[in-house]
Amino acid sequence: MLHTFVAYVEDLPGVLTRVASLFRRLNINIISLTVGRSERPGLSRLTLVCEASAEAGHRIRASLYKLENVVDVDDIAGAPAVTRELALIKVAATPRNRSQIFDLVEVFRARIVDLTSESLMIEMTGVESKIEGLIEVLREDEGRILEICRSGKLTMRRGHHTSGVLKAMGAKTEDNADADNEPAEIAKERAVVEPE
Amino acid sequence: MGTNDIKQSSNDHLTTPTRLTGAEIVWATLVGEGVTTVFGYPGGAILPVYDALRKFPIHHVLVRHEQGASHMADGYARASGQVGVAMATSGPGATNLVTGIATAMLDSIPMVCITGNVSSKVLGTDAFQEIDITGITLPVTKHNFLVNRTEDIAPALRHAFQIAQSGRPGPVLVDITKDAQQGTAIFDFAAAKPRAYRPHPMLRVEDSALAQAAELIRNAKRPIILAGHGVSESGAMEQVRTLAERAQIPVTLTLLGLGAFPASHALNMGMMGMHGEAWVNQAIQEADLLIACGMRFDDRVTGTVATYATKAKKIHIEVDPAEINKNIKVDVALVGDLREVLEQLLPRIAGRDGSAWLKTIDSSKGAAAVRDIKNLPDLGHLYAAHVMHDLWRITGGNAIVVTDVGQHQMWEAQYFHHERPRTLITSGGLGTMGFALPAAIGAKFACPDKEVWVVAGDGGFQMTAAELSTIVQEKIKINIAIINNGYLGMVRQWQEFFYGGNYESTPLVSPDFVKLADAHGIQGRAVSTRAQVAGAVESARSAPGTFLLNFMVEKEESVYPMIPAGASLHEMIRRPGHDPLLESPDDK
Ligand SMILES: Cc1ncc(C[n+]2csc(CCOP(=O)(O)OP(=O)(O)O)c2C)c(N)n1
Ligand SMILES: [Mg+2]
Repeated sequence: MLHTFVAYVEDLPGVLTRVASLFRRLNINIISLTVGRSERPGLSRLTLVCEASAEAGHRIRASLYKLENVVDVDDIAGAPAVTRELALIKVAATPRNRSQIFDLVEVFRARIVDLTSESLMIEMTGVESKIEGLIEVLREDEGRILEICRSGKLTMRRGHHTSGVLKAMGAKTEDNADADNEPAEIAKERAVVEPE
Repeated sequence: MGTNDIKQSSNDHLTTPTRLTGAEIVWATLVGEGVTTVFGYPGGAILPVYDALRKFPIHHVLVRHEQGASHMADGYARASGQVGVAMATSGPGATNLVTGIATAMLDSIPMVCITGNVSSKVLGTDAFQEIDITGITLPVTKHNFLVNRTEDIAPALRHAFQIAQSGRPGPVLVDITKDAQQGTAIFDFAAAKPRAYRPHPMLRVEDSALAQAAELIRNAKRPIILAGHGVSESGAMEQVRTLAERAQIPVTLTLLGLGAFPASHALNMGMMGMHGEAWVNQAIQEADLLIACGMRFDDRVTGTVATYATKAKKIHIEVDPAEINKNIKVDVALVGDLREVLEQLLPRIAGRDGSAWLKTIDSSKGAAAVRDIKNLPDLGHLYAAHVMHDLWRITGGNAIVVTDVGQHQMWEAQYFHHERPRTLITSGGLGTMGFALPAAIGAKFACPDKEVWVVAGDGGFQMTAAELSTIVQEKIKINIAIINNGYLGMVRQWQEFFYGGNYESTPLVSPDFVKLADAHGIQGRAVSTRAQVAGAVESARSAPGTFLLNFMVEKEESVYPMIPAGASLHEMIRRPGHDPLLESPDDK
């Protein structure tokens, strides 16, 4: 199954290698990894998606915590969360066939962020399937896509709970795939439907 | 601007912030951490540190190969429970440490390795003897540091000591650039203290889990305690013993657990796993409850996991949350320091009658004891088992035995009965040949008053035999028993059992080890009959200096019983049926 981990790590040289090296050692392929600054000074936040057996989640989280520079690890598992990806797509387009792409961009609620006489750049934010959908349609015209750049996934729990808050509440975040152990407030939020 | 007389006023700089060179800070921090002995080898990138050594009350042991330094630091740690420290230069010095670091990692041994590196200005330029040792050791250390500023040395080293000893212990490497060693900074030992230790956030000993464990123990008909290395690491010997005695539960040990529960105790069944007694493994397969204490269900202990103890509920008491359900799915996990967990569990444990199960186990021993090679009469052959048995008898089991890896290691585990923790030092997880001699040197430095024995094979001994010179230079006394079977015996055994007896690359030519010892100025003697064993062991013990015994044992003897790798615990290769034999008279 797909696992999504959100981790706060110290913003120091080599920390990402340690995280990546752990997955290499466990023989688990990282499907997506994004890292950036967080709301906590000195800490970066990463979202890591990987494919592993359902039972592996516990060990991965426990092993991440064993890394000295890892401060917090949240296994999102099935918890209600918002996941987004950003894609920049450069496509070949002349003034004559541009309007067709403008329509597409409209339908997919993407944006044009650069325009030249031979190409234009589309910025699109959304769930993976939506981005994939746009790319698929653009591919229908061979040679149209010049470049694709995707950010990988960013994930955040819904509601006001963060992994730090869960810890303060003494909640068992690593067991949250198991609905029995889920803090009631969080379980309630499962009802919240993703608007898209 | 180094001070000259730090040795005399060795503690001043620990209490008063003082400007020191980075090199001095290295030693001053080690002194502050209580280090008295460092095992190392100098070279260009660590020279400033060596240059400052004479000012500090630390004894440096010059090794003959840096692998020796890391094994010595490891042996020191295993024997004492304190952090062992190894030191090496950059490049080849650092890479030579790696096998010893990995050995310590797999057996959770607290160790700090300090390496020099090229100046920070040329880091990353492939400068002479530059190597990315923090990159190389990343997967075989608990953590490592690359320090390139003088003021970071003390905090990094202090943090390294904290990491090495806390939670599940392990090795930490601190790589210090040459310019950081040469620069100066204010040394403030107290201020360099690491942030408060952060226990693993997934440690969890819930009341409900304790209750459930107690309930399982109360209702079990056929319980067994599996005790591992964690018992001595956490100092839980008394607690395990109390649990076993109060609830009358038999105890079996992993290789690294040997000594953590007295061998002579009526409830001790001995070693489990690949070369454990068949009736012990059979009992595990029949058990209805396993209480795993500080062990990790290693494959050498479980055989194939699919058929492992399928009838048993399992309680796992373990300090590392990543070990829970890793190899074997357990019913109750108590994740925390073993001693603390047992302290919480014991008040819930009442007396229990375990006699029926103990009797069943006892009767399942059958003829195993009779077939045991130690009970063969003396037919003029010398068996390694005899040597181990005699060594145990003569030393009264009071020695620290440091074994290498192979058949002799298993015979030691089977025939030398350890009563106390830290009396068997062996590489279990990595199985590193060449470990014994240097680790024994480390153990001797940790316990100078203890009798230390090396038990090594003819193969493994040659991997680190150069450390004989270290012994002589340091004027220490240890005793060395080489179990010389002319083969890489354990591999030969596998070839005999599983590769049709094709002894490819396992027959082994060795030097005359007694002459080799002599060339070092070390006394020695060859032994080829059982009748000579006791006398030889006594001469070694009474000799003032290190003494080497070359035991010329039966060449093609195998270690029994054995679970073939990947087989089930009950599918053991038993001892070949020797005729029923009398106990040899001196076994009493
Ligand atoms: C460094 C290293 N290389 C290879 C091995 C594989 N190996 C395990 S036991 C063994 C044979 C050891 O021979 P010896 O030291 O003579 O001991 P014996 O088994 O004969 O008692 C070998 C080669 C190992 N464990 N370690
Ligand atoms: Mg041999």
